[in-house]
Amino acid sequence: MTTAANQKGKRLGLGRYFRNFKKYRYLLQEIVRKNVKLQYRNSVLGVFWTFLQPLMTTIVLALVFGNIFGRSNEGVVCYPLYLLCGRLLYEFYSQSTKRAMRSIRNSASVIKKVYVPKYIYPLSNVLSNFVTFAISLSVLVVMMAYYMLIKKVPDLHLTPYILLSFVPILILLVLSLGVGMIICTLNVFFKDMEYLYEVFCMLLFYMTPIFYTVKTLGTNKWIQYVLMANPLYSIVQMFRSCVLYGEMWNWHWFWYACGFSGVTLLLGFWIFYKKQDKFILHL
Amino acid sequence: MGKLAIKVDHVSVLFNLNKEKIDNVKEYVIKLLTRKLHFTEFWALQDISFEVEKGERVGILGFNGAGKSTLLKVIAGVLKPTKGSIYVSGVIAPLLELGAGFDMNYSGKENIYLYGATMGYSRKYINERYDEIVAFSELKDFIDVPVKNYSSGMKARLGFAIATAVDPEILILDEVLSVGDAKFRIKSENKIKTMFDKGVTVLFVSHNTAQVRRLCNRAILLDHGKVIAAGEVNEICDLYDEKIKAK
Repeated sequence: MTTAANQKGKRLGLGRYFRNFKKYRYLLQEIVRKNVKLQYRNSVLGVFWTFLQPLMTTIVLALVFGNIFGRSNEGVVCYPLYLLCGRLLYEFYSQSTKRAMRSIRNSASVIKKVYVPKYIYPLSNVLSNFVTFAISLSVLVVMMAYYMLIKKVPDLHLTPYILLSFVPILILLVLSLGVGMIICTLNVFFKDMEYLYEVFCMLLFYMTPIFYTVKTLGTNKWIQYVLMANPLYSIVQMFRSCVLYGEMWNWHWFWYACGFSGVTLLLGFWIFYKKQDKFILHL
Repeated sequence: MGKLAIKVDHVSVLFNLNKEKIDNVKEYVIKLLTRKLHFTEFWALQDISFEVEKGERVGILGFNGAGKSTLLKVIAGVLKPTKGSIYVSGVIAPLLELGAGFDMNYSGKENIYLYGATMGYSRKYINERYDEIVAFSELKDFIDVPVKNYSSGMKARLGFAIATAVDPEILILDEVLSVGDAKFRIKSENKIKTMFDKGVTVLFVSHNTAQVRRLCNRAILLDHGKVIAAGEVNEICDLYDEKIKAK
């Protein structure tokens, strides 16, 4: 009888949404499974790409920028690890939002014919990228072990704070989902969003202290404010505090990241909910 | 009176169409600045009302642009009506267009689960039906091959096999039976007929009145978004055939 309830649009209520989600959780599972499986199918190295890709890009970045910024060890501890932390998080954000953005358009043929809760598509694409991200975190584990045990970098040590590293990751997940919902709605109406967002992501890469530190940019207050307004900055810094420096994060970062991500998610759900009935007219 | 399966109550659908389709920011801004953003209103369906009882097989006839597909979309819950309401009781299985709902890089086997999940069925449920689906689609030797290597007939067979294996209570057939070779058409017609015995409700859209006469017991004739006739299948099909000749 769920179908009957779906179509009686007036009978609102959380119970209805919950029942609907329960029915379609299989679809969520199937799409996540599909995305993860297909990502590595037909590639010779398969799942190893999840490790190799961040490892190789980090090596490239370390070679290019290591000599420019890496020499002053202040606030960096170990430059390759500093890079990798930032890059892993940034990569998850940009990949998952890009996938989510295209998800509705890519499933147009289904959405036009069958009733499916449409948020399943952006949600499942963010989640499948989360799975790949979780796998790729093991690169960080290996790299950290290498620098601690073999290279014996003096300032690098594990503390219990590393257990808190899941907090910035969860905040990032919320942020990605929120942004994903907003831009996939926009992308239904304006398909050149894809190109605009591509450029935006590039800008974001340089705006986030991934290969530099805020200090190396000088003391111009305005530049620092602009950089700190970027929620990825707070999230990446929180993550580095736990993993790299082994200390508690700055609580300003925490509240800012939580607030920004929470508001983005609510905004995303709201825009999506308001516009989803019009999707079919534009697909 | 049998039990009600579908009730369409004074449904109207308004499309707010721009004369040219604008789907990017650049054009939108240019058109907005030059004040060329005209919208034309178009009623795809106007005040449609009818009821379908459980086990009835209703053919929906009409020329291109009469609103048949829009009506099916409203009933399937994909499109919200501008006015009026729809009541549907039971599980609807729409037969998707060729290949829609499949992922081309996924094998036939994996697509069975994906397609099933799209219709809201669990892996466990599909597992129970899996052998039946494979047997009906006659794709046993190709089940681990990616769907992109399937012929259109193979895709149609697989889609049909999944949609009919899950025991839907309402089956929406939108010109699907016109695909595939003659052998498959006969086989799928027979399959649908066996589903009639289980009391499935069918909505069937086609231009082929012979097929409608064979499969349906009632019919609705749509023209320009309005129901112009509804009733016993042969009467309506005769009317439609006359209209075709008159054109």
